[in-house]
Amino acid sequence: MTLQAYLTLAAMLFCIGLFGVMTRRNTIGILLGIELMLNAVNINLVAFARFLGDVSGMVFTVFTICITVAEVALGLALVILIFRIRRTAVADHLDLLKG
Amino acid sequence: MSIEPIAFWGLAVVLLASSLAVVLTRNLFHSVLYLALSLTATAGVFLSLDAEFLAAVQLLLYAGGVVTIAVFAIVVTERLVGDRITQTSRQILTGFILSGALLIGLLAIFRKSPLTVPRPAVTGDLTRAIGQSLLTSYVLPFELLGVLFLAALVGALYFARPDD
Repeated sequence: MTLQAYLTLAAMLFCIGLFGVMTRRNTIGILLGIELMLNAVNINLVAFARFLGDVSGMVFTVFTICITVAEVALGLALVILIFRIRRTAVADHLDLLKG
Repeated sequence: MSIEPIAFWGLAVVLLASSLAVVLTRNLFHSVLYLALSLTATAGVFLSLDAEFLAAVQLLLYAGGVVTIAVFAIVVTERLVGDRITQTSRQILTGFILSGALLIGLLAIFRKSPLTVPRPAVTGDLTRAIGQSLLTSYVLPFELLGVLFLAALVGALYFARPDD
C-alpha cells in the first residue's frame, strides 16, 4: 500500500476522534476520543518511519504510547476523584471556575 | 492480486467502523469494548507496516492497559452513582461539520501534493534498530520517560488514597 493510503486512514481516524471529543458529554467518553486521535498520530508516525526508512518515527511511537498510558491512568484517576467529590461525570457540570 | 491490499482494506474497514462505534454508541461500556477492537486493528496496521515490536507494545499497553483502566473507571463511577451510565452526545451537527471540514481539508492537501514515496525494502531487524536507537540517540528522553512514569504513579496513588 502507498503512503497516501496510510495517511488517509489516519486522517479519517483523527477526524472520528475529534468528532467524539467535541460531541461527548461524559468525561470518560471524551478521553476515549482523545485515545482515537493519538492512535491516528501513531499510525502517521509509523507510516512515515517505514516509508522514509528512518527508525526515529518508530522510537517516537514508543514514547507516545507510553506517555498516553500515563495520561489515561492520571486522567481516569482525576475522573474518579471528581466523581467522588461532585457526583458527576458530565463535563458541562464542571463549572466551578465559572465567574 | 496479492494478499496485502486485501489485508489493508479489511483492517481499515474494521478500524474505522469500530472507531465510529466508539464515538456513536450510547452505552459507555460498549464504547470501551469497541475501543479495544479499534486499538487491536491499529496493531494490525502496524504489522502491515513491518513494525512487529510496535504492534506488540500496542497490544500490551493500549489494548491491555488502557482498556483495563477504562473498564475499572466505569465500574467504579457506576458503583458510586448507583445505576448504569448512558451517555448522550451534544452539538452533533457542529461536531460533524467541523470534523468533516478538517477531513476534507486534509484529503484535499493529500490530493494536491501526492506523496509518491516508494516503499523501501526492510533493511535489517527493525526491532533491533528501535532498541539501539532508544539506548543511544534517545537515551535522555528514555530516562525522562522513567521519571514521568514515577510521577504518574505517585500522582495516581495520591488521587486514589482514601479520605482521611
